[in-house]
Amino acid sequence: MSGIDSVEDVVAVVFLLAGAFLCLTAGLGLLRFPDVLARMHAGTKPQVLGVLLVMVGGAIRLNGWSATWMLLLVAAFQLLTAPVSAHMISRVAYRRRHVRRDLLLVDELRTGETQDRVRRGDEPADAPPEEPAQALVESRREDDGGAFGQES
Amino acid sequence: MTGVPVVRGLGHQVRHQLPLLVWLVVVWNLLWGTWSWANLLSGIALALVVTVVLPLPPVVGAARVHPGGFLAFLGVFVVDLVTSGAQVAWQTLRPGVPRSAIIRVQLRTDSDLLLTVVAEALSLVPGSLVIDMDRERLLLAVHVLHVHDLADVERQRASVLALEARVVRAFGSADEIAALDRRPSAAATGRRTP
Repeated sequence: MSGIDSVEDVVAVVFLLAGAFLCLTAGLGLLRFPDVLARMHAGTKPQVLGVLLVMVGGAIRLNGWSATWMLLLVAAFQLLTAPVSAHMISRVAYRRRHVRRDLLLVDELRTGETQDRVRRGDEPADAPPEEPAQALVESRREDDGGAFGQES
Repeated sequence: MTGVPVVRGLGHQVRHQLPLLVWLVVVWNLLWGTWSWANLLSGIALALVVTVVLPLPPVVGAARVHPGGFLAFLGVFVVDLVTSGAQVAWQTLRPGVPRSAIIRVQLRTDSDLLLTVVAEALSLVPGSLVIDMDRERLLLAVHVLHVHDLADVERQRASVLALEARVVRAFGSADEIAALDRRPSAAATGRRTP
């Protein structure tokens, strides 16, 4: 059991390495993507595929069916749960306006025409605004339904 | 056919939860990893306890599986899963900030189960991630990664509808399959660019 002995082992190693690489890119995406919604893409697709590949590699390498069944369950639950959690997080992020609107080509979900000038969309939920007085005025304007420049 | 809610108690409930029961027993047995009658019986007992103590609302409209449609859905899904994983992985490595879009897509299926499958599958195929769903008007809000122009947006919209069609052809009833052609893109959605 030392080293790579057979074709089976080579295949397993290729699967494991590819899966690990995809999980690495998922982590990179979390760091590099600009906002929550884009990060959720990284957290679902390469991540799920990476876990699946690692499971396949493990199933080839491990002996005995009982381990394989367990890996199958892990894969199934990964496929079922990753989209749900990503959806819940994106929904909350959108509603709390953690969206980089300047990077959106189209936003058909948007209801009002108000410009969101207080938040850029990539700060933490409870981050204090950079200029509190300015931000307070802006958010009051947004609460008034976007009546810009009506108070003077 | 008694029709009296009091009479159809536990038995009715168990019959409605049968797919869930079977799934729980399967999971239990897979977790043990070995086949034995003891595992099967304890799994059934446990599944009954779980479904009675923690009941879920029954899934309206039981699933039927069309073998041809199911294979087509599964095949395309696996290919999509691999390409989307590779695509997003590449996106994380290449320089530059990706532009994205949020689109609303008018779906045609009015079934909880099918909509769930559509929404789950959508998050795993290239480009798209479900943000929100308007259950009443069957509008799905989807976040799309790496779009370059409006043609990309329309392509993505078409691919969401194609996915929905594949899901319905795999699991839907005859009525639902017919509904795919009856209402092609019913309501136009207003588009706003920031």
